[in-house]
Amino acid sequence: MKREDIVKPENLVYRRTPVLTDNVMHYCPGCGHGLIHRLIAEVIEEMGIQDNTLAVAPVGCSVLAYNYFDVDCVEAAHGRAPALATAMKRLRPDQFVFSYQGDGDLAAIGTAETIHACNRGENIVMIFVNNGIYGMTGGQMAPTTLEGMKTATSPYGRDIELMGNPLKITELVAQLPGTYYVTRQAVYTPALVRKCKKAIRTAFENQKLNKGVSFIEVVSNCNSGWKLTPVKSNEWLEQNMLPKYPLGDIKVPEK
Amino acid sequence: MKELKLMKGNEAIAEGAIRCGVDGYFGYPITPQSEVLEHLMAEKPYEKTGMVVLQAESEVASINMVYGGAALGKKVMTSSSSPGVSLMQEGISYMAGAELPGLVVNVVRGGPGLGTIQPSQADYFQTVKGGGHGDYRLITLAPAFVQEMYDFVELAFELSFKYRNPAMILSDGVIGQVMEKVEVDDYKPRWTNEYIRENFPWAMTGKTPDRPHVIVTSLQLEAAKQEAVNLRLQAKYKVIEENEVRYEKTMCDDAEYLIVAYGSSARISQKAIELAREQGIKVGLLRPITLWPFPSKAINEMSKNLKGILSVEMSAGQMVEDVRLAVGDNVPVEHFGRFGGIIPSPSEVVEAIKEKIMK
Repeated sequence: MKREDIVKPENLVYRRTPVLTDNVMHYCPGCGHGLIHRLIAEVIEEMGIQDNTLAVAPVGCSVLAYNYFDVDCVEAAHGRAPALATAMKRLRPDQFVFSYQGDGDLAAIGTAETIHACNRGENIVMIFVNNGIYGMTGGQMAPTTLEGMKTATSPYGRDIELMGNPLKITELVAQLPGTYYVTRQAVYTPALVRKCKKAIRTAFENQKLNKGVSFIEVVSNCNSGWKLTPVKSNEWLEQNMLPKYPLGDIKVPEK
Repeated sequence: MKELKLMKGNEAIAEGAIRCGVDGYFGYPITPQSEVLEHLMAEKPYEKTGMVVLQAESEVASINMVYGGAALGKKVMTSSSSPGVSLMQEGISYMAGAELPGLVVNVVRGGPGLGTIQPSQADYFQTVKGGGHGDYRLITLAPAFVQEMYDFVELAFELSFKYRNPAMILSDGVIGQVMEKVEVDDYKPRWTNEYIRENFPWAMTGKTPDRPHVIVTSLQLEAAKQEAVNLRLQAKYKVIEENEVRYEKTMCDDAEYLIVAYGSSARISQKAIELAREQGIKVGLLRPITLWPFPSKAINEMSKNLKGILSVEMSAGQMVEDVRLAVGDNVPVEHFGRFGGIIPSPSEVVEAIKEKIMK
């Protein structure tokens, strides 16, 4: 059997979605960002909305997300993505608008924008990638850093008395009347990847209903910042992050 | 059809925005400019032109909503007063870096800090010298009449879109609060999404197969590329400096002395030059309408035939530096100002002419 006999459209089982560009991703090997990008891009492709999706990139590791999503993108100032997305959706209600932020961006410097966009019930999708650390700036303590967790700015471990508590912002926004769908997902096993994609699809479908924010937290890893191998970091995530940030839907629309 | 209305300066900003087809206003209350948002909410422009009006959670959010809207090629604006505009500097710098149009109105009050709610012109440096980080410029219009508050909204957007650069209307608590008659236009329709797509290829209008995706960003990680961005910006600023200087001269033909003043200080100085001329002092007034680009050439030209120049400002002396840069050693330049919310009287200005430049 020759190569040409195998490479046929009917034999295709997987391909890269055209909603991701050809640019080589800058993410560390083993990082969850690439996967999460792919899932969003696949959902956009499957829904046929590439022509009318507007993306807001954050400041943080995913600051260059606009180089990877083949949709019109804007790069926000640190923490301000929900403010941009608010105006974008209100000015172009015919477009699908999503923001993509990390924990420092969404839950520290941008807390006010996050809370108020969620409370107003902006009709947007907010993707929140939580790996408990500032990856891009070199592994400093984040609002979601776990108690006792060592980072560049908590070198002896996060001391609650000294540094305050990890912030469970997803549970917090779920309390607000403006959020329609709030869920926490992960992407470190194939089964979880499929589940996460389903949640992203639900979030984008919700935007057709004009019912408010669909908020997806993805608990992810940072093998460089955590100073672990990719495999070890996924084990660490399961053993340490998930007890604090348990997976599953937090707020689902009433049927 | 033109129509005459009696309104506050702040209301004129709002009315100008609705009638010239602005797409969105995002703001946060602060004295002495809250009437802008109040008037917009009362007028329901979303029913008249489809304009979006939103009270944001902060000035930080307001300017970033403007940044988001501007990235779509929409005519979007915010307004605030000094402490609020300080909070907006980050967003203004991002917009300048990403080369986005947009309008910020500053109805200046006395500072520093929480300062006072009374009028001031002490945000001149912040506006024309930077304010935010990086090498950038803001096209700055300084209205002296309520009519100009109305007119300059449309003018600001015209210049802002022409050069893909944010613009500022630098007003103050006097012009914001005073009521004057204003000639208003009919409601102009907002730009359609199709118009924006055809005319602004840099705007996010939804990627279609016929073009690459649009990226709006102020980030260039490679130094050489960021230098190229800066060189492009500087070249643009030079074109603006050559083409967009605006100013007004009053009683300058036979003047031996000159007052340079903008905004409400120009109104006070207008009266002051009348009083001075009654006393036989030949003094004229040059009112910069654009503060950046500054009318340096015009002031330099005039200075050759003058005995002295007085910069009248409601600040401790900010614009006076640009006047001095404009005239060099041609003629002495002095500053007169009251500040912290105090408005000088015309007779104080006349005394200052005598004391500071006629000695």
